[in-house]
Amino acid sequence: MPLLEVRNLSVSFDVAAGQFFAVQGVDLSVDTGEVLAIVGESGSGKSVAMLAVMGLLPPIARVTADVLRFEGRDLLAMSARQRRDLSGSEMAMIFQEPVASLNPCFTVGFQIEETLREHTSLGASARRARAVELLTQVGIPEPEERLKSYPHQMSGGQCQRVMIAIATACNPKLLIADEPTTALDVTVQKQVLDLLLRLQAEHGMALVLITHDMGVVAETADRVIVQYNGRKMEDTDVVSLFESPKSPYTRALLAALPENAKGGRLPTVSAFAVGAEAQE
Amino acid sequence: MTAVPVLETRGITRDYVSGGMFGGARTLRALKGIDLKVERGQTLAVVGESGCGKSTLARIITMIDAPSGGELLIDGERVDIARDGVSRDLRRKVQIVFQNPYGSLNPRQKIGDVLAEPLKLNTAMPAGERRDRAMAMLLKVGLKPEHFNRYPHMFSGGQRQRVAIARAIMVHPVLLVLDEPVSALDLSVQAQILNLLQDLQDEYHLTYVFISHDLSVVRHVADDVMVMNLGEAVEYRSRDAIFASPEHPYTRTLFAATPQISVESIRDRVARKAATRSQTGGSAGQIV
Repeated sequence: MPLLEVRNLSVSFDVAAGQFFAVQGVDLSVDTGEVLAIVGESGSGKSVAMLAVMGLLPPIARVTADVLRFEGRDLLAMSARQRRDLSGSEMAMIFQEPVASLNPCFTVGFQIEETLREHTSLGASARRARAVELLTQVGIPEPEERLKSYPHQMSGGQCQRVMIAIATACNPKLLIADEPTTALDVTVQKQVLDLLLRLQAEHGMALVLITHDMGVVAETADRVIVQYNGRKMEDTDVVSLFESPKSPYTRALLAALPENAKGGRLPTVSAFAVGAEAQE
Repeated sequence: MTAVPVLETRGITRDYVSGGMFGGARTLRALKGIDLKVERGQTLAVVGESGCGKSTLARIITMIDAPSGGELLIDGERVDIARDGVSRDLRRKVQIVFQNPYGSLNPRQKIGDVLAEPLKLNTAMPAGERRDRAMAMLLKVGLKPEHFNRYPHMFSGGQRQRVAIARAIMVHPVLLVLDEPVSALDLSVQAQILNLLQDLQDEYHLTYVFISHDLSVVRHVADDVMVMNLGEAVEYRSRDAIFASPEHPYTRTLFAATPQISVESIRDRVARKAATRSQTGGSAGQIV
């Protein structure tokens, strides 16, 4: 049984011209201990699909699916309260802008302990000890001191580490990371990715990495799903994706990488980009 | 003008002073003596992480800010904007394109007016001719005639960056400073914009200072590469030399942190992972 099982997931929004489908008929499954990368360009529905899994979409979004199960439990049949209990403890998510994801009015210690207060029965001193342990685990020096820091006193990389500490506070079985390193410098990106992979291996949790960066995919994923315009284009292991991509879109995307440029000009994803660029 | 470089800097420094009203002033030296030289039609890429001073350097080259020390030479002429200000001709010669095209376009100005504005400010051209030139440039950068009367919010990110590039080359500059021009764009759009920049460089014989943090893009566009760290140019050589054998430890760190996308390196990583999994002994080692 896969940890997360999704079949025929669609997410639509009501717009003036009828319905807009952000995600259309996507199937996916995530196994325990697996690193799955979901890759696509902006508007491909990669984030929306995972927000639907987490139950974080606003009420105006229409989420439908034949199957949406986490550890065999039907997420669609759950009450809002039950889903809230689940997210943050058994499945957790981190986002692109670490500084914006943290509350600027509270210390990072308070924000880490908040999750523990919500989801565990630990007492105050145990929570504090756990917070120190978490900060140590994500590689922040002088954790006792840093618990008293506010987000603006830390760098972007450190804020992302704090976010990871919050997300992994209750040892989730599934961690969804939505573009976790896009706002970070390359050397910091490497550190954060290494940290995520280390935690993933140590806790045996499943990691879903949403990204637009083929480099991040190449460095982290076991399996890759390519999304385009709300649809799944390809679902394969990472070596096959780069070696013998099946979908024409994946091929076009890989050819557009400057690393793969032969000679002067880059091939563009024109056949596919027509939909996005020429609509105007 | 055979051997005169379009752009030359000699020991450019820039200090930012903070505090100082009552307590002691603190000086941060953002640039610590930058020497560079770019010949006509060449591309110099400046690489570095946030806070290394690459955008400060861009602002000085574009004559937005004055340097605290050192010399800036454009077309062999010494420029000192703190003393003389900037002449129209100098402004015409050097143009800049920023990372976020939406932030650098006036939301209440139609695209046609955006493109004609530089001509209005820098030349004595009559309105009709300005409009014709703007339309010609619009088509040149791959947009359509019907885009002329639209507002910036009606465009996609890639289209906006095309507009920003078109505006910059309206006045036929010799030097174009590109500050992270493709960082905010999707991969497929990035390829289109890089191609456009290359076409324009060939056609107008433009000189580029291309600022980026993305080594794969730099490798694609640059003739020379300058790697910056903490306000210093730690390595400055031809692209091929620097990518073949990075010398400075910081350059090596940067290269090592950049993801490898070759199939061999992915195979290696997957094999290593499988090995550690079977070593640490676990049923967790079952990958598909």
